[in-house]
Amino acid sequence: MREQQLRTVVTFHTTAEAMALEQICKHRGIGGKLISAPRQLSADCGIAWCAPVEETAAIRAAIEESVLEIDRIHEIMLYV
Amino acid sequence: MIYLDNAATTVYKPPCVAEAVVNAMGNLGNSGRGVHGTSLTASRVIYDTRAALASLFNAPSPARVAFTSNSTEALNTAILGLFTAGDHVISTDLEHNSVLRPLYLLQQQGVAVDFIHADTQGQIHYEDFEKLLRPNTRAIVCTHASNLTGDTLDIAWIGKFAHEHGLLFIVDASQTAGALPIDMVAMSIDVLCFTGHKSLMGPQGTGGLCVAEGVEIRPLKSGGTGVQTYLPHQPAEMPTHLEAGTLNGHGIAGLGAALDFINSVGIETIHSHEMSLMQRFYEGVRNLEGVTIYGDFTRDRAPIVTLNIGDIPSGEVADILSGEFSIATRAGAHCAPRLHTALGTVEQGAVRFSFGYYNTIEDVDAAIAAVRSIAL
Repeated sequence: MREQQLRTVVTFHTTAEAMALEQICKHRGIGGKLISAPRQLSADCGIAWCAPVEETAAIRAAIEESVLEIDRIHEIMLYV
Repeated sequence: MIYLDNAATTVYKPPCVAEAVVNAMGNLGNSGRGVHGTSLTASRVIYDTRAALASLFNAPSPARVAFTSNSTEALNTAILGLFTAGDHVISTDLEHNSVLRPLYLLQQQGVAVDFIHADTQGQIHYEDFEKLLRPNTRAIVCTHASNLTGDTLDIAWIGKFAHEHGLLFIVDASQTAGALPIDMVAMSIDVLCFTGHKSLMGPQGTGGLCVAEGVEIRPLKSGGTGVQTYLPHQPAEMPTHLEAGTLNGHGIAGLGAALDFINSVGIETIHSHEMSLMQRFYEGVRNLEGVTIYGDFTRDRAPIVTLNIGDIPSGEVADILSGEFSIATRAGAHCAPRLHTALGTVEQGAVRFSFGYYNTIEDVDAAIAAVRSIAL
């Protein structure tokens, strides 16, 4: 069976916010990828940004400096 | 990439569809806005597509086919345009939010709505329709097939029941238009709402509603029509009554080409191919340890298999399928909150594999192997 790993996950109110963070992270060379919004965070579907926990500070700074609206930043165990 | 998310939209379409769109973008003017060549070309293409849809669904005439941008707009047009405060409408737990949310909006406006409940297997019980009837019941609104499980409803039975009780019958054919035979007359359908970009294999941004004679729907939108300019309100005549503003002529041209393709192959042939793929996948995963499948596979259905693997969140399964196996599926709640609630899958969601005309046996076998690998 697969092992879970600790991940940083950013959730959003809209798909447009997720697209914006992906662009920002790509531009700044911050690692990560878009995933299905984890069910343990919300059953409401949507997409989330998932990154290694080492990127948390960089992601937080990118969000603040870009004045990007997001839902929340989480650290949770995931299979992906 | 192996594309098994055809219930969301078909990515692989007959080549003639894109060709028709490109051709239309170079040649179509605005339908109904003059008699110069490009305007007339647009009007003719759009009319031909209306006629093809009327023929496919046995609608009364091309004029009773109104174009919208998708099923959701068609359903909103029908649901919000037929009822007023004091009416009562019956629907089911199998519905997509494109039916549910307009119905919830009606509830806020004083329309009573009851739902036929699905059991823990996702099945409704047809005797419940009789139990929910009220003196002010005006209509039954339901899907032809669940977008979550692929289970079909017996719409011929429901249509007959509706007409025996003087009710309108509105059908959401989002999952079945182009995938299963639909006959508005034989199935007693008053309003058939369809989308163009799923099993009809047309472009996104196309869809519409076929309206039986005598059924009057208040328009959702008012605006330019190219006719009756000095009339202060939307013209009463169909299809203009339900079509305000420039139509998506380019997309409709593509939809027309898709319909030509479907007619040349035959709906029965398409359905048979998709069902054989679905059945192969179902047989390949049904006995895997930890795999739970939802729906009834003893009846004719839409080509969908929805499952969970152990207690792994569905979104993670779909992301593994995509990331490691290049297999596209759809996880989560599928905009079907009431059926997920009935199935007990609100927390985990579920992973939907949906098959289309351009899928192959090799696609199916790769998907079986991927599910097996994740389940082990």
